[in-house]
Amino acid sequence: MATTAAPAPTLASRLRRWEGLPYWLVLPTLAFLVLFFAWPMAQAFELAFRDEGGWTLDHVRAMRNDLRFDEALGITLLLIVVIVPAQFVLALGMALLVNAKLRLRGFFLYVFMLPLAISDLAAGIVWSAIFTETGYLNTILQRLGVLEFPYIWLNPLEKHQILFAIVLAELWRSTVLIMIILVAGLQGIPRDYGEAAEVFGAGFFQRIRRVTLPMLKPALQVALLLRVILAFEVFATVIAIAGASTTVLSAEAWRWQEQTQNANVAAAYAALILVLSLVSAAFVLRLLRTPKEQLLR
Amino acid sequence: MRAQAASLALHATAILLALWVLLPIYFIAVAAFSTPDAVYAYPKQLLPRDVSLETMRFFLGSEGVGESLVRSVLVAALTLLLALGIGTPAGYALARFAFRGSDAVRLTIVGTRAFPIVILSIPLAVMFLRWGIDDSVFGLALAHTALALPFAVLVTSSVFAGISVELEEAAMTLGCSRAGAIRRVALPLALPGLAAAAIFVFIISWNEVFAASILTLRNPTLPAQVLAALEQSPLPYRFAGGFFLLAPSLIVIFVIRRYLFNMWGRVVR
Amino acid sequence: MADVGFERVRKTFGKVVAVDDVDLEVTDGEFVVLLGPSGCGKTTLLRCLAGLEKVDGGRVLIGGRDATDLPPRRRRISMVFQSYAVFPHMRVFDNIAFGLRMQKERKAAIAERVRSAAELLHIEELLDRYPAQLSGGQRQRVAVARAIATKSEVLLMDEPLSNLDALLRLEMRAELKALLRKLEATTIYVTHDQVEALSMGDRIAVMKAGRIVQVDSPLAVYDNPADTYVGGFIGTPPMNFLEAMVEDGRANVSGGSLPLADASSELEDRKLLLGSRAEAITVKDEPHDDAIRATVVVLEPLGSHNLLTVRSGEDTLKVATPPQVFREPDSEVWLGLEPARIRWMDADTGEAIAPPGQREVAAAPA
Repeated sequence: MATTAAPAPTLASRLRRWEGLPYWLVLPTLAFLVLFFAWPMAQAFELAFRDEGGWTLDHVRAMRNDLRFDEALGITLLLIVVIVPAQFVLALGMALLVNAKLRLRGFFLYVFMLPLAISDLAAGIVWSAIFTETGYLNTILQRLGVLEFPYIWLNPLEKHQILFAIVLAELWRSTVLIMIILVAGLQGIPRDYGEAAEVFGAGFFQRIRRVTLPMLKPALQVALLLRVILAFEVFATVIAIAGASTTVLSAEAWRWQEQTQNANVAAAYAALILVLSLVSAAFVLRLLRTPKEQLLR
Repeated sequence: MRAQAASLALHATAILLALWVLLPIYFIAVAAFSTPDAVYAYPKQLLPRDVSLETMRFFLGSEGVGESLVRSVLVAALTLLLALGIGTPAGYALARFAFRGSDAVRLTIVGTRAFPIVILSIPLAVMFLRWGIDDSVFGLALAHTALALPFAVLVTSSVFAGISVELEEAAMTLGCSRAGAIRRVALPLALPGLAAAAIFVFIISWNEVFAASILTLRNPTLPAQVLAALEQSPLPYRFAGGFFLLAPSLIVIFVIRRYLFNMWGRVVR
Repeated sequence: MADVGFERVRKTFGKVVAVDDVDLEVTDGEFVVLLGPSGCGKTTLLRCLAGLEKVDGGRVLIGGRDATDLPPRRRRISMVFQSYAVFPHMRVFDNIAFGLRMQKERKAAIAERVRSAAELLHIEELLDRYPAQLSGGQRQRVAVARAIATKSEVLLMDEPLSNLDALLRLEMRAELKALLRKLEATTIYVTHDQVEALSMGDRIAVMKAGRIVQVDSPLAVYDNPADTYVGGFIGTPPMNFLEAMVEDGRANVSGGSLPLADASSELEDRKLLLGSRAEAITVKDEPHDDAIRATVVVLEPLGSHNLLTVRSGEDTLKVATPPQVFREPDSEVWLGLEPARIRWMDADTGEAIAPPGQREVAAAPA
């Protein structure tokens, strides 16, 4: 018969208990993210919508009335609409290429993956070196006899040429990220499905359309989500290639913060970028979701 | 016959794509390793004619460049330590334990990716000013860690998930505590994956431009320095700067390529 | 449906020869089983027929046409995969209709064939569901329905029952056999399960290391194995093999000697293996001239019969007895081997000596 009651569980003993462990392991990460993510975000909204006198839309109005706002918004959206589809087609092609019977596959993979670790600033500089008046594109065209005099590609008056260079730079830099996600997705599709489709009469393109792409939907969703969010962050590439002549939303945010030293309007731009990102993300999630009954575990 | 033609087309396309990736890098390397005169010249030399370190030296000797280089390394190293130090336990927890809320935690961590660095860094600039760590290596490292942490958690989580839990359980039945089992069994096996993740975090920090530019003033990192000087900088400065920003990436991808391949399973040995 | 021919088919993977100059003919409507352990080349051979592997030598003929260089979709085959490969993003109806749609059949014709295939497999009510909503057994039926719905000349099956649990497997075996008989489908069926092979095939091709060792009806393969490999692979338990020498009309084995009914001269002066099936051995309690001595090691009561493991001299044998016959471990028994069912093998090569095809009607036990 027990003469003393069991001691009440102390904090220390509860800490030592097994079940609490995962929470302790995750705590530092969550704490860090709250401190350096959630809180700054709240602060950002405060900066954007608050003033000495309280809640205000002044900063938003300042942003809206800024001469460069329309161009920034328009170019940002235009770039997304142009780059993302092109990139996906290119990435899918590369993914299928890498997955097929390729000799020296390791070499090609290494080369394709190089842009992965290249910053957008470096990519912008590289492509500006190609497109600049005394640059490599003109050199090659001149050597080939196509040009007599160097052509001014990066002409501030010819916006579409500048955009073309930016699009190329972005395609060059970030397609491989999409490719990696798609390759992982392709590898996750068991070989049997393609073989079954083949046995039952599907040709190459039919197989892609009816079997590969539908089963690639989850990977496509992840890739598109990531890409769209990254697209709103496009920044240094534009500055490196276009300088101050053409601008996008994040570049404007940077300028308001760095050059004009106005954190409020910069935050307003940031808030706009966030809203657009989230809306696009929600759209992608809806568009490419796999209904539950199609998920074969 | 058709198979041969298809294979030919396949390899031709692969070569074209490889050239598309390599040529721009090649050009900037050629430019960076030539004389400033060659950099200004037109038409440009397509083949390296006079290899010279003059342009590089010009760049490195420019004001602030050397220090910014050092600072980039420091920030990246610090970010690496912080991101992996904080993120690895969380990654382990997510991989090993199916605890209540683990899905929510995972979703939250992944969800932070949806928030652009833009909206993060602007208030951080204000916050850091208040805390007195603005324009500092430490401050920037904190911002970069916030950026890299989700990545670190997810990658370490998948690394640990790939190590059979039975190995640790066997160690525990043979006398180890859980911590001991992790130390002796899980960590050594996870090391290659963790090393690859670490290197990648390093590169993420090295490349980061926006936050680096906003959060530093007199103590910039290399990208921030180059960006600030970009508009007025002469061509040799640009080209050498671009190459310097690129070069670590090339080495890094080469070093961790095996692990990147393994991340995709049966792609390449 | 059509006939199938393999002519000196060869397939290598690097240095490994998976299929080693295989010849096989399958007539129209026949059900042939490719049987063997994993790695013997049976699946590779099937895939060569399907066109999923390119042969490195020889020819594959389907319906008299040389199909060796044709891609799978031109070979007029249909296939049931081991994993079923039922498309998760399509409903059952669309899955079954897939092959027909690829053949550009008319909508009405497609609907008709899908429905009749579904009826044959008893899955009519599942046509609107997605594979993720079905059980493994149901998905397997969808895979079979998809295969029979198309107008193919040959039906290929790669271990279709191996992922089902034991009870379901038993049911599906019978159902599948009846169905395919009714359809008169030329079928090539791959399995490692010899019970499945015996139960379903018109003929069994036993394979080892890329070659076909014996091709025969189930009964012939069981009663007249071409070598010790086949005898040991087919039948539960495997055939017993005792080392023996024949002298003066008697067979001398480790545990004794037996008189031989007709001692052919072929058997003399060589090292032999005497093969006898477990159920062809009777247990007696007293020494007989035509019985050998043995000691019981263990008895396994299996319900329909008892399986004794006995030791006779240097040999260990399995003996099947009626369920009422019990013997204690370590007790002494005398084993009578049914003469008509004894098979002789050469001890060095392992090959049968009496040529197969001379199928003797099993005599009544002595």
